[in-house]
Amino acid sequence: MSLLLLAISAALVNNVVLSQFLGLCPFLGVSKKINTSVGMSGAVIVVITAASAICSAIYHFILAPLNLTYLNTIVFILVIASLVQFMEMFIKKSNPALYQSLGVFLPLITTNCAVLGVALSNVQKNYDIWTSTINGFGTALGFALAILLLASIRERNEDNDVPKSFKGMPHVLLTAGLMSIAFFGWAGVL
Amino acid sequence: MSGIIIAAIVVGATGIGLGFFLTFMGKKFAVEVDEKEEQIRALLPGNNCGACGFPGCDGAAAAIAKGDAAPNICPVGGPAIAEQIGEITGGSAEAAEVKTAFVMCAGTCDKAKDLYEYDGVKSCLAAGSAPGGGAKGCSYGCKGFGDCVAACDFDAIHIVDGIAVVDRDKCVSCGACVKACPQRLIELIPVKRTAAVECNSRDMGKDVLAVCQAGCIGCHMCEKECPIPDGAIHVEKNIAKVDYSKCVGCGKCAAKCPKKVIKMFTVKK
Repeated sequence: MSLLLLAISAALVNNVVLSQFLGLCPFLGVSKKINTSVGMSGAVIVVITAASAICSAIYHFILAPLNLTYLNTIVFILVIASLVQFMEMFIKKSNPALYQSLGVFLPLITTNCAVLGVALSNVQKNYDIWTSTINGFGTALGFALAILLLASIRERNEDNDVPKSFKGMPHVLLTAGLMSIAFFGWAGVL
Repeated sequence: MSGIIIAAIVVGATGIGLGFFLTFMGKKFAVEVDEKEEQIRALLPGNNCGACGFPGCDGAAAAIAKGDAAPNICPVGGPAIAEQIGEITGGSAEAAEVKTAFVMCAGTCDKAKDLYEYDGVKSCLAAGSAPGGGAKGCSYGCKGFGDCVAACDFDAIHIVDGIAVVDRDKCVSCGACVKACPQRLIELIPVKRTAAVECNSRDMGKDVLAVCQAGCIGCHMCEKECPIPDGAIHVEKNIAKVDYSKCVGCGKCAAKCPKKVIKMFTVKK
């Protein structure tokens, strides 16, 4: 039960994008169409969940016993970069169209701070492997929810008559800000 | 000291382990990229103009390698590149016919009258929605706001004296201006000795005369003068059109044309 609560709180209350402001680059960059943002969410869910599990395992079995916790960042980055590489190969093979539309944002999952952020916060909060995986999964779901919501809003607003100075990115940033305020409503829930 | 060694071993081992994992997965999920495709892509100019009809040079390279497209589809690269690509694909190295853009209007400021002063947005497309399709008396002619100039990636078309003029030395016949012109005044013609009609007006001769001194009045003189069997120039819907595949560029029609709207081109590009 507490694991379920953890997942929900990671997805909604402490939403990685809208409350912690991590992973904004793909959030703004790949949210133009629902299709590509679905692909991006899928990739990020897999990468964050796997990265949380593997990083937590490495931390508990190798780094902590050997008093090497100062190597957290570099080892985690290694793991994340390889996972993203693998993800890239997998998508290139299984869905070339998605690979094309994700473009440069696919390898950029490596530098998506949401991924490293989750891995590091798992360690800081001293979660065990299982809890870390659930936390990672919940966080990734939160990312997917945020990017899908933004993509839907952007698709709806596509043809709106926006004043010239607000066209494009300013409009998106304002939308994201309003979404963030809306998500603060979850703060009192848990 | 031992701390450093252990740290190095741990990070190194993690790296090597992940390296093996990636190599293994790389083999398993390898996507065969055609060797030819990469070679062809290297030969293409890479300005992604889309003149070949494919999304950029990558798309064209993939299509050529697959055999869906001829080696000579790139008009920018021209015959030299077509030959090299032909060697790679092993197919015919026949080059595409070299073409150049041509503006079918000679109504410069002094020859074509304006009906009123247009003071709106400086764009051919926008001017077209003004009364009478813009200020120019001739509703078929070049409006001279340079939508084609903006579309050209190669600085090969300019507005001179109120009409668009192609710089044939720079034109790579990518067709961007052809698409940009709202008047459909620009066409790609072969670079060879040929005649070309510098007018696109479908109005009756009398109406053309009223608004422009350089317009085709559809008098059929050129048609009668043409020495080619069946004729290489025909008047249809009040406008003379050259059949470029037949025209040999003798110049007889141009000499006879009472309005001097037939322009002769020599071989030199």
